[in-house]
Amino acid sequence: MTKDVKRSEEKGGNGNPKVYDDLRETNTGVNVKLFYNPKDVPQFDYETSLGDPGRYPYTRGIYPTMYRGKLWTMRQYAGFATSENTNTRFKFLLDQGQTGLSLALDLPTQLGLDSDDPLAKDDVGKLGVAIDTLRDMEEMFDGIPLDKISTSFTINATASIILAMYVATAEKQGIDPSRLRGTIQNDIIKEYIARGTYIFPPKPSIRLIGDTIEYCTKHIPSFNSVSVSGTHICECGATPAQGVAYPFLTGIAYLQEVLERGYDIDDIAPLLSFHLIAGGVQFNFFQEIAKLRAARRLWAKILKERFHSESDKALRLKFSTGGMGGGMAEQQPLNNIARIAFYALAAALAGSQSMNLPCFDEAYAIPTDEAIRTSLRIQQIIAYEIGIPDVVDPLAGSYYVESLTDFFEKEIAAEMERVESLGGILRCVEDGTIQKQLSDQAYQVEKKFESGELIKVGVNRFQIDEEERELEVFEVDPETRTRQIGRLNRIKDERDNKKVKGALDALKKAAIERKNLMPSILDAVRAYATVGEIVGHLKEIYGEATQISVF
Amino acid sequence: MSSRRPIRVLIAKPGLDGHDKGAKIVARGLKDAGMEVIYTGIRQTVDSIVRTAIQESIDVIGLSILSGTHLSICQDLMEKMAKEDIPDKIVLVGGIIPKKDVSSLKEMGVREVFRPTSTVEEIAHYIQNEVQKN
Repeated sequence: MTKDVKRSEEKGGNGNPKVYDDLRETNTGVNVKLFYNPKDVPQFDYETSLGDPGRYPYTRGIYPTMYRGKLWTMRQYAGFATSENTNTRFKFLLDQGQTGLSLALDLPTQLGLDSDDPLAKDDVGKLGVAIDTLRDMEEMFDGIPLDKISTSFTINATASIILAMYVATAEKQGIDPSRLRGTIQNDIIKEYIARGTYIFPPKPSIRLIGDTIEYCTKHIPSFNSVSVSGTHICECGATPAQGVAYPFLTGIAYLQEVLERGYDIDDIAPLLSFHLIAGGVQFNFFQEIAKLRAARRLWAKILKERFHSESDKALRLKFSTGGMGGGMAEQQPLNNIARIAFYALAAALAGSQSMNLPCFDEAYAIPTDEAIRTSLRIQQIIAYEIGIPDVVDPLAGSYYVESLTDFFEKEIAAEMERVESLGGILRCVEDGTIQKQLSDQAYQVEKKFESGELIKVGVNRFQIDEEERELEVFEVDPETRTRQIGRLNRIKDERDNKKVKGALDALKKAAIERKNLMPSILDAVRAYATVGEIVGHLKEIYGEATQISVF
Repeated sequence: MSSRRPIRVLIAKPGLDGHDKGAKIVARGLKDAGMEVIYTGIRQTVDSIVRTAIQESIDVIGLSILSGTHLSICQDLMEKMAKEDIPDKIVLVGGIIPKKDVSSLKEMGVREVFRPTSTVEEIAHYIQNEVQKN
């Protein structure tokens, strides 16, 4: 709920109460005035503050024609149990007019465990598709030419392996891998902070990210080798400004890793993209838009001023947006469709390059077909029905939005400076400073919802006793694990085990010698080495990360 | 009962899922309600959870499960607890649990299931009442 924090009773010239600077605290803790006027944007200068779309500092959008030239990519997260199920789902989504695929992988794959690993027992095929070997990837994209689509993989610790499999699948389809388009999340720092799928300690993990960036620069120039994610940390308690500041610091850490290898900033910065939140637990419509405009301007300035980049491609902040499931309520679930629409509208008004939205049944279980389709339809309604793509950055020049944009630019920069003064993002993650801070903040927000200070419609206000209807719940076939282990065993029988061993030994040697691991991972993948075998060999060299569980 | 030691709660995250905001919020809330709370961290096996529960003389085991793995994990946990002969420990489950699974979980011996609609305050009250009954 919003509350008035200051009330000025001064009379204005006409005898009416002068309420212009009465402050109200929004649901995100930002103080806003009753209305905004030119005094709120004293520094505003069109050319330096905004510039036309596609021009520095890119506040209005990174391309001159934005959605008239190309709509945002519409993705919905999908990935079910086995590669055959996922293949069917992908074909369904492409048929429905989806333009990119967003692949969910199961947790064992994300953690480098094969489907027959005892630790993976409960999780095979549960939150996404199980991938043990190249064969699974080949079957998942069977009949889907990889040069015709763009695929986004939510994969981090094992991103290098999944990327190698995608490249090898393209080779098998007879497609030149240099034509591949898509994104691997490949952002390990936020895994230590918020999402938990880390394997190795931070330093070798970041080196591995450097290897994939280097590989993509040379071989797959249109592939986004890193999608630095702010969404998970926002779901975990980060403020809107932290939700941009931490990904920026993280992105800079990855860039520095590659710069140290002798690359030019103008060549590597364009490979970086971000996944930023528009929606979620604490969503404020105009602030979300302003925050993303501010992010674009600040990133361009950082690249230009700190890294002396001159290339347009490097200065442009490319981001996708997701409003994560944390904003979805279980009570009166159809209300979530309205929430999703507002998240999507904010993302479109902020000039996002790609959207994947949560689904209205997300507080129940893995989304059903109907829920996924509805989220896609929301994007299509915004794109085709209500005129949003016609004009670029329509909110520009609003006193409120420009003032908020200035505000968020300063907030994000200040938060970046604060973390840097504490020793940098890596240090603050290794010692748990950031984890502790986010869990404190998340707890405070939860308490505000519980006390009713923050309102969630249908949850703590406007509740009803009876649920309107029971939602259909997506079920994972309980036989998935058995079937997947059967597939894995068949591949292990069919493959040339001598070749596998040779490739894995070579990989280990390359890791010891600190060479770029991508060529050896590719060789191992082509020989049908499993994800677990590859990770197991690397664990012998790198060890495993220690867990920080502060609350 | 003022002479009684504080209620000891183990908040555990079994399985491979790493989303532990909810687990941490509940842990923190129960601590603020005067309980002694241990949080295991993520990726715990059923064996390690039961071991910790015994070693730390835990009254209540709270599992946080968001990844759809609640049925098999709870089955394993209840079997392990029966084997270790610690039936008096109260097992609670929280997370993304479809309504239709609640009765199956209770049949296994899970005392209560807290779904996304539950508040930390509710969970704390429930624990205080149940431990007194035990």
